[in-house]
Amino acid sequence: MRELGPNEILYILAAVRWTVLLSIVAFLGGSVGGVLVALARTGEIKWLRLAATGYIKVFQGTPLLMQLFLAFFAPGLFGWSVDPWSAAALGLSLHASAFLGEIWRGAIENVPVGQWEAAASLGLRYGPKMALVITPQAMRIAIPPTIGFLVQLVKGTSLASIIGFVELTRAAQVINNATFQPFKIFLLVALIYFLICWPLSAYSKRMERKLLAASR
Amino acid sequence: MSYEFDFTDVFAAWPELLQGMLNSLVLSTLAMAIGMAVAVGGALGKTSGPKPLRLAIDGYIELIRNTPFLVQIFLIFFGLPALGIRLSSNTAALLAMVVNVGAYGIEIVRAGIESIQKGQIEAGKSLGMRPLQTFRYIILKPAIQAIYPSLTSQFILLMLNSSVCSAIAASELTAAAGDIQSRTFRSFEVYFVVTCMYMAMSVFFWSIFDGIERAFLAKPTR
Repeated sequence: MRELGPNEILYILAAVRWTVLLSIVAFLGGSVGGVLVALARTGEIKWLRLAATGYIKVFQGTPLLMQLFLAFFAPGLFGWSVDPWSAAALGLSLHASAFLGEIWRGAIENVPVGQWEAAASLGLRYGPKMALVITPQAMRIAIPPTIGFLVQLVKGTSLASIIGFVELTRAAQVINNATFQPFKIFLLVALIYFLICWPLSAYSKRMERKLLAASR
Repeated sequence: MSYEFDFTDVFAAWPELLQGMLNSLVLSTLAMAIGMAVAVGGALGKTSGPKPLRLAIDGYIELIRNTPFLVQIFLIFFGLPALGIRLSSNTAALLAMVVNVGAYGIEIVRAGIESIQKGQIEAGKSLGMRPLQTFRYIILKPAIQAIYPSLTSQFILLMLNSSVCSAIAASELTAAAGDIQSRTFRSFEVYFVVTCMYMAMSVFFWSIFDGIERAFLAKPTR
């Protein structure tokens, strides 16, 4: 059995970059998907609206772990083999698309009706209306819940360990299997997640309060 | 697509899947019930307890909300034995879920308590209501109306999150899926069917909760 020394701690700390990188990739992927979902959900084309609603419901109604398993195994049906990194990035991006889409739909719908009418009466078509009038106002409302979801996403990357991607949680398991110091190791890991997530949560809460105060 | 779907092995394992689903439901319901007791206690402590208690509760909430559920389970299942507390995987799973949902529940219940204004209770008294009547009509119903949506979606989140308990081999649906796939090698089919089962549970609870809300908690339209 190995000792829990500086090398082991360093191995765990080095794995933080994979957690961070996976979170960033999933957030970027989810942002692209989320914009599409939110626009489809608030748009005027009925079947697109229904499809977006269905997409959101499926991702809200099933466990993230199942979504990751399917992202890992489904590409095999087409003869593509994916490594755990790609599966995790794909699964988390699709997951984030649904949740960000739903958050941003709410933000878009929160923009007062008068603003939509004003944009229409200025003769703005869909593109400029969304880009110049609706989005800037919706973004302000959307920031706190978006950051809040980012925290969920960072925590969600820990499930990538179950499909075999070596990020923070998986690295901790590897070291634990060699040193068998589970209490210390998982406490350290919890602390690292906390240090990543807590500032984000606090920022989201502060922004939310600010927004609430401004709307009074 | 040259892949040949074969669901026969998966469907043949239906008693296992059904048992897993039942276990998931029992685990989630139990965790929610105990977690709510934690939540009510915590919310009371947070709104009217002494300062050190309030700080401790805040610390608990922040710690749980800002760390992954998976790491919480590992700490309880693998970490606690180092302190001399050894739990079976099912007990550890239940404990982890209670600890987790309790933290989210405190904030929900507290919002419910704070939604009741003092003036309303006084109004009840001045209408000649007895304390029990005041509690039933002025405190309880509006408080439940206020927290019902967050509470029910928290339950569905908890139920979906219970799949993570498979990581310590607790006996629930995802673990059953893991057993079946390691036996049959039909990974996609198993996880597809199980995902559908979770979806069915979510849809079931969405409609039940929605129905209850409309039947009993609908606010009078102005």
